[in-house]
Amino acid sequence: MSAGATSSILPLAGRERAVGYLVLALAIFCVLGPFAWIMLTSLKQQIAIHTGAWSFAPSWLNYTEVLFGRRSDFAGNVANSLIVAAVSTLLVLIVGTLAAYSLYRFRWARWVVTAFLGWTLLFHMIPVLTLVGPWYVAFRELGWYDTLSALVLTHVTLNLPITVWLMMAFFREIPPELNEAAQVDGCPPLRAFWSIALPLAAPGLIAAGILAFIFSWNEFSIALNLTSRDTATVPVAIARFAQQYEVQHGQMAAAAVIATVPALLLMALGQRFIVRGLTMGSVK
Amino acid sequence: MIASFAAALNRSFRHWSLLPAVVVFVALTVYPMVNLLRMSVSTIEFAEGRAHWSFTPARNVALLASDAVLPAAVINTALFVVAAVAIEVFLGLLLALLVARLERGKGLVRTAMILPILVPPVAIGSMWKLMYNYDFGVFNQTLVALGAAPVNWLGSTSIALASVVAVDIWHWVPFVFLILFAAVEGIPPDVIEAARIDGASTVQIARRVMIPLLKPALAVALIFRGILAFKTFDEVYLLTSGGPGTATELVSLHLYRVYFEQNLLGYGALLSLALIAMIVAALLVSRRALRGMSRA
Repeated sequence: MSAGATSSILPLAGRERAVGYLVLALAIFCVLGPFAWIMLTSLKQQIAIHTGAWSFAPSWLNYTEVLFGRRSDFAGNVANSLIVAAVSTLLVLIVGTLAAYSLYRFRWARWVVTAFLGWTLLFHMIPVLTLVGPWYVAFRELGWYDTLSALVLTHVTLNLPITVWLMMAFFREIPPELNEAAQVDGCPPLRAFWSIALPLAAPGLIAAGILAFIFSWNEFSIALNLTSRDTATVPVAIARFAQQYEVQHGQMAAAAVIATVPALLLMALGQRFIVRGLTMGSVK
Repeated sequence: MIASFAAALNRSFRHWSLLPAVVVFVALTVYPMVNLLRMSVSTIEFAEGRAHWSFTPARNVALLASDAVLPAAVINTALFVVAAVAIEVFLGLLLALLVARLERGKGLVRTAMILPILVPPVAIGSMWKLMYNYDFGVFNQTLVALGAAPVNWLGSTSIALASVVAVDIWHWVPFVFLILFAAVEGIPPDVIEAARIDGASTVQIARRVMIPLLKPALAVALIFRGILAFKTFDEVYLLTSGGPGTATELVSLHLYRVYFEQNLLGYGALLSLALIAMIVAALLVSRRALRGMSRA
């Protein structure tokens, strides 16, 4: 759906149109302005930041310090985040897609569907910190505290509701005749899932995968409490930057910019999938 | 052998396809919630890597009763949620109504609007912490350049909460916009065309025709944002960590402190149960409201 082509609603004209574009420009400036500012700050040295100079000699020093500096673990944090996000995304896609297909395709008793979806909704709505307490206790007792595997498990859980909802919405768009035809032709259920439903729901897989990856990459409150120095992820590291006794503002800005990169990349690759994923279900 | 295995897989596909998700939910949400009940009447201490549980229901209730920060956290959270969500829905609606009736720039604005939603909230927190900086932040730089006195955005008890709300607004107006914009695009164009032919002005079309049609989407945006705003933690942790004093202490921050700074896992569990009960109540009420609104 390209937006420009479907200018369906009566467009404004004259002075109203001018006001409209002005407000639009203002909104875009408000959204993008802070990003531009943080980018500039990340290229400044501490002195330029403190004197508030508008003109300065840009330098990559903050970035090299953050990523390769002797006193920085940031490269390790990036590696941890990438591992956790990739593995948890893969797992949640498998678990969530299977569950969504099962609920969509097979005749489960109504209470099973209601109970399952109701529980995902409830879990999605409660503050995750309420469960970080019991997770902490359980992982300490199991000896999994401060491991990336434990963090992966919690991220799978966290992203499962939205993955199931998204995939169900995409499965529902498959014409039912296709399923009936497959059944009539004696196509085994597993084959029907793998060769018919899954390819047709591929955009859903992309949307759900991108969102799960980003949410895992961004997740802070669990990682803060279930990891320590060696297992800390990028958001935890950024929080530590901000709370150091002597804050290195340029490095803090550089770390924030680096943390934004995956979101930017994935957005550039899959914007239309993401918009559909973010608004789907909330509108229908 | 293989053939019969495949046949068994096929026959039981219906069941094993749902099983992994059920296992994940039972192990990582149902069981912890049951555990919350047990924790809420206990004191848990770790010694030599082992947990020691003791049954102390009275102590946990006493901690709840004597928690001096909790009332402030509840009031701050209520203020934060109401102010942030009201402004976000208002601005998001305004923008959606406007952009839908412009011929160009829709793609651009949509791209820009996704950005804050996808960026790590922690990064947003540190961005705004730098912008709010008293000595060299962009706001005070601008104020000083204009000849005004600098403002202590995050350090003054009277302004800090508003500063935090402003960050939340920046973060989430785009989300409300995207939901409402999708709904506006779904309005049949002839309805608006008809109103225009009948002589309705732009404002009248928005108020009398478009907004009533947007009611279900507005309800969704309100409820979604309300519940998400209630959970806000990351940005505030970065910006103020609840300070100065308890000026920006939110319920989620307080819960974090009880669990992991004061190491009161039992009392934290009690607090968690209370929070979950509140959310369930809010969900039930809003479900009824949602139904009422979509019928109206």
